[in-house]
Amino acid sequence: MAELSVAHLHDVSLCYSQIAALDKIDLEIPAGCMVGIIGPDGVGKSSLLALISGVRKIQTGQVEVLDGDMRSSRHRTNICPRIAYMPQGLGRNLYMTLSVFENLDFFARLFGQSRTERHQRIDELLESTGLTPFRDRPAGKLSGGMKQKLGLCCALIHDPDLLILDEPTTGVDPLSRRQFWQLIHRIRERSTGMSVLVATAYMDEAEAFDWLVAMDAGRILATGSPQELMTRSGSANLDAAFIELLPEEKRRGHKELIVPPRTSQAEGSLAIKAWNLTKRFGDFTAVNQVSFEIERGEIFGFLGSNGCGKTTTMKMLTGLLPATEGQASLFGHPVDAKDIATRNRVGFMSQGFSLYGELTVRQNLLLHAQLFHLPQGQIVARVNEMIEHFKLNIYVEEPAEKLPLGIRQRLSLAVAVIHQPEILILDEPTSGVDPVARDNFWELLINLSRNEGVTIFVSTHFMNEAERCDRISLMHAGRVLDSDTPAALVAKRQVKTLEEAFIAYLEEAGGEGSNTSSEVVVPPVVSHRKQRPGAFSLLRLFSYARRETLELKRDPIRLTFALLGTVLLMFILGYGITLDVENLPFAVLDRDQSPQSRDYIQNISGSRYFIERPALYDQAELEQRMRSGELSVAYEIPPDYGKDLKRGRTPEIAVWIDGAMPYRAETTRGYVEGMHYAYILDLAQRTLGGIPRISYADIAVRYRYNQDFKSIYAMVPAVIPLLLIFIPAILMALGVVREKELGSITNLYATPVTRLEFLLGKQLPYIGVSMISFFGLVALCVFVFGVPLKGSFLALTLGALFYVTAATGLGLLISAFTRTQIAALAATAVVTLLASVNFSGMTDPVSSLDGAGALIGHLYPTTYFLILSRGIFTKALGFSELYRDFLALAAFIPVLTLLSLILLRKQEK
Amino acid sequence: MKRLANIYRLGVKELRSLYRDPVLLFFIIWVFSGGIYTVATATTQELNNAPIAVVDEDQSQLSTRIIHAFYGPYFKTPELITLDAIDPGMDAGLYTFVLDIPPDFERDLLAGQQPTIQVNVDATMMTQAFIGSSYIQNIVTGEINEFMQAYRAETTLPIGLAVRTKFNPNLTSTWFGSVMEVINNITMLAIVLTGAAVIREREHGTLEHLLVMPLTSFEIMTAKIWAMSLVVLAAAALSLQFMVQGLLAVPIAGSVTLFLCGAVLHLFATASMGVFLGTIARSMPQFGLLMILIIMPLQMLSGGVTPRESMPELVQNIMLAAPTTHFVSFAQAILYRGAGFEVVWPRFLALIVIGTIFFLAALAFFRKSLNTAQM
Repeated sequence: MAELSVAHLHDVSLCYSQIAALDKIDLEIPAGCMVGIIGPDGVGKSSLLALISGVRKIQTGQVEVLDGDMRSSRHRTNICPRIAYMPQGLGRNLYMTLSVFENLDFFARLFGQSRTERHQRIDELLESTGLTPFRDRPAGKLSGGMKQKLGLCCALIHDPDLLILDEPTTGVDPLSRRQFWQLIHRIRERSTGMSVLVATAYMDEAEAFDWLVAMDAGRILATGSPQELMTRSGSANLDAAFIELLPEEKRRGHKELIVPPRTSQAEGSLAIKAWNLTKRFGDFTAVNQVSFEIERGEIFGFLGSNGCGKTTTMKMLTGLLPATEGQASLFGHPVDAKDIATRNRVGFMSQGFSLYGELTVRQNLLLHAQLFHLPQGQIVARVNEMIEHFKLNIYVEEPAEKLPLGIRQRLSLAVAVIHQPEILILDEPTSGVDPVARDNFWELLINLSRNEGVTIFVSTHFMNEAERCDRISLMHAGRVLDSDTPAALVAKRQVKTLEEAFIAYLEEAGGEGSNTSSEVVVPPVVSHRKQRPGAFSLLRLFSYARRETLELKRDPIRLTFALLGTVLLMFILGYGITLDVENLPFAVLDRDQSPQSRDYIQNISGSRYFIERPALYDQAELEQRMRSGELSVAYEIPPDYGKDLKRGRTPEIAVWIDGAMPYRAETTRGYVEGMHYAYILDLAQRTLGGIPRISYADIAVRYRYNQDFKSIYAMVPAVIPLLLIFIPAILMALGVVREKELGSITNLYATPVTRLEFLLGKQLPYIGVSMISFFGLVALCVFVFGVPLKGSFLALTLGALFYVTAATGLGLLISAFTRTQIAALAATAVVTLLASVNFSGMTDPVSSLDGAGALIGHLYPTTYFLILSRGIFTKALGFSELYRDFLALAAFIPVLTLLSLILLRKQEK
Repeated sequence: MKRLANIYRLGVKELRSLYRDPVLLFFIIWVFSGGIYTVATATTQELNNAPIAVVDEDQSQLSTRIIHAFYGPYFKTPELITLDAIDPGMDAGLYTFVLDIPPDFERDLLAGQQPTIQVNVDATMMTQAFIGSSYIQNIVTGEINEFMQAYRAETTLPIGLAVRTKFNPNLTSTWFGSVMEVINNITMLAIVLTGAAVIREREHGTLEHLLVMPLTSFEIMTAKIWAMSLVVLAAAALSLQFMVQGLLAVPIAGSVTLFLCGAVLHLFATASMGVFLGTIARSMPQFGLLMILIIMPLQMLSGGVTPRESMPELVQNIMLAAPTTHFVSFAQAILYRGAGFEVVWPRFLALIVIGTIFFLAALAFFRKSLNTAQM
């Protein structure tokens, strides 16, 4: 081992808004061993790991990893293939719709492995983790333990020198946890040089590590081997040792938690009863015939891994989900979703964080106090009491989403008990909460149960918490394995601890992947070919493209919308939008009522442009009916019109046109004048027998490209560009921002994929989908709307290819500015709608726009594709006439890509 | 009482959440300020700066007069081109109109031979094409008549025609564009904001949290609707006051208060629609696509972009079920034509009916959607 330390940190600090996550850390992490970073949540463990892995940007201080400065992007690029990083959260870097194999294959491709190498490695990893039978199962359908194993496999695919695991076993059942650590040990035996850096909140796990870093409040409490730490603090186990290491003020008031025995005061009255509860989702049985009875004041625990049906059972009890079979009752009343009164007596804390992230701690508490209608005078007092009780004082004005996980859970607990419920249903309330706070919380629970008679139904995957329950049910795969007091369960299995008892039950039930213990040790594969990191790699690009395509294919709704949406909109717009002004409603105020005036009116009502409405009687009515929009045109024929006409006294007809919609008014005026002159000619011919000379020259108007002057021929080729910018841009923007929201963007930070590969790789599938909808649109135009394609289809296709590339590029650019999917959505909709409808020449040519509109028009891709689409469809133009527009369109592609590239970061800020 | 308090509290919560989302806030402000300004000042539905070219084969006094008769703001200064430049110029979309004045035009005219001027119109430019060609005919005829007056006695038509345009005498398109943009933004934002708020709550799991509290779906939905409607209404009112009437100096004919009252009804309908869509869609990306499929036809076919009476009968009838049709109709009546309540009340009534239907549908789906959600 050449390196003595794998990472060296000097004076490192990190702040999120006002809260310091890391406070002047100096740390030397030895190489080649298993290093644990222990401490509760929110003390800076994750931040520390993110800095070491290069995922997060360094704010202040010096971080050296694998003999180089992590500030240097060149060094980061070079060592990136030597580091593997597995972020916190179950399967956070995995793609849930992809199968186990596809996930692994994606990562292997990112590290530039050849096909044979990939398959060999994947087979080996799957074999040794016992995931081989689940090779084709989507990652989203794996249990928590299996997800973590898969995450580990993905991290190990490239034989890293430094493996960084951020809380890998949180929320995993004990059997899977045990298997996970066995796996890590086997891997370390095989590749001895590998350093493993693990953050964990489970102290029992940390006892098996080589070297530990105990952290609290962004500072390091102590470092050393577990043995050293225990002797230094004079404790028998690490849990106690850690508490001893904490500063004095934090330890104050902490003592060994003792659960007083239940005084059987409320014996006999049942708080919760469930019999044969079953829930099926399609053909998947989430909960299978679960029955239990919980007495008032009892603490009843559900012990089981993630995804074993605990949550679903709890939701059925709260009425959130109707049971497929069986029944449940609270206080003797069957669970009814409409029963508001019962809900006042129940407190519920759902799994994961389910408060309003954007509200502050105080606002969240106040909101819930108000919604439960606590007496007005007591609200503030109760909120303050909760803040005090759950030690939220320093976070009061902080938005909840900015809080560390552990603190957020505490807040959720506070919210759940704010209205002093009679039953508390808590779904994994303490996962991620530090031992001291957890004990404090249990103290509160015990107090509620023993002194106030509150019934507590809690699910957990912590053994020591389960031991504190009066009775527990062991759950696995939707079934209750057994149900009894913890002591009785241990006795039944004749083992020492509850954990061992549970593992025994699990093994008996034939838990998934329990065959891992088979000692398959395959010799490590020697990497044949290492992609030079940093250089542009088509393999990595296609790896992203492939993955995105698979994800899109697995999301039938998104795909259908993307393909059918355009076609549907085309129907609507093609038939609906018409700029032909027809069927204008008009009415006449005929003050003459002579044959002459009626003759004039008849001439108008005979036109296809006008539709006659009941006649007008006076000016006021004219005014009123035009105001309501009922009439677009009103004629007023003066008294004595007929007499005057005969005597040649030039009577004047007055016409009012509704000017609210200027375009329609202009067109209407054209019609009115045209018909007037036509009538005069006609009249002259009839009465005088000859045409009077009213003009000296003829004006011959030739409507070109669209002889019938039907708007469908003009509009349909214009709608194609409109639709081909909307949907591609939005799909694209969401595609990137979605990764940001779900967390899989970490793969961009932690793997050698470059920003350009990431962007282009993600763009390709959307270009493909958009081209398919383009062909659909053209087919619709030609075969359904009957708009002939006069020019070259090839030219149009090429133009469309440029155009959708630019459109998706626009989506990429927008995704760089937006953090949430909702914002990306709004931004893309506004940008594409506004610019393409108004400024791209859809209704008016860009050459007649002014100011900012003209500028946008010239700088917007739709403008150029519109010219192409119209030119090729209606004017039979080809490359030679349109090459300028092709070039302009093509120029958008590098510009947009470059801009997105500049705005995308390779590190988290 | 408790219900009202709940609805109030939850609504306040929505407002606080929105306040914390700077991007969304920025967009609300932008669409009602800068967005309206750019649309109003740039779009020209009536003839404005139409690109025109003239082939002058006559080179006479009259042909020069005709050429000089075309000027802004209706037309760009005519470009003088040769005969063989007509096709490429029109193909490239450089000119919407090309006038061809034939050789010896003036001489033939004076000789009374009724010569012909040809006007080529790019009919793919639907908006400009028709209006522009009637302008051109008027201008050319006017010039010729004036020219001829020097030689012949004036002839008058047997019947005079006085055309007046009501409500927008000069047919300034800024008047139309700015107000329509406010109207369209109201619809879009009402749907987007409420729908997204529903989905965000579901994705973050807070919706379940609300449903186990002593709250009803009715309260949760109503709170979202009032809060988001209030935001949009306030933004629209400010926009009408300061952008439309202030900066753009567009006169509003009727009562803004009456319009805002109607807008409340419209917001009720569209925000309910937003909740409904938010309930159907399973994720934010799905909502986005769904929203586009809904908003586009709602706006394009409402009569706000093109006249309703020109649409196929079937489309017109279907669109009667859309809130935007009624909203656009009364908004135009009030804001452009100064109509009062006695004129627009049937539209208000229609919106109440449509809104109630959407609201009830959304309510029915609301809880049901949670039941089908796995985990």
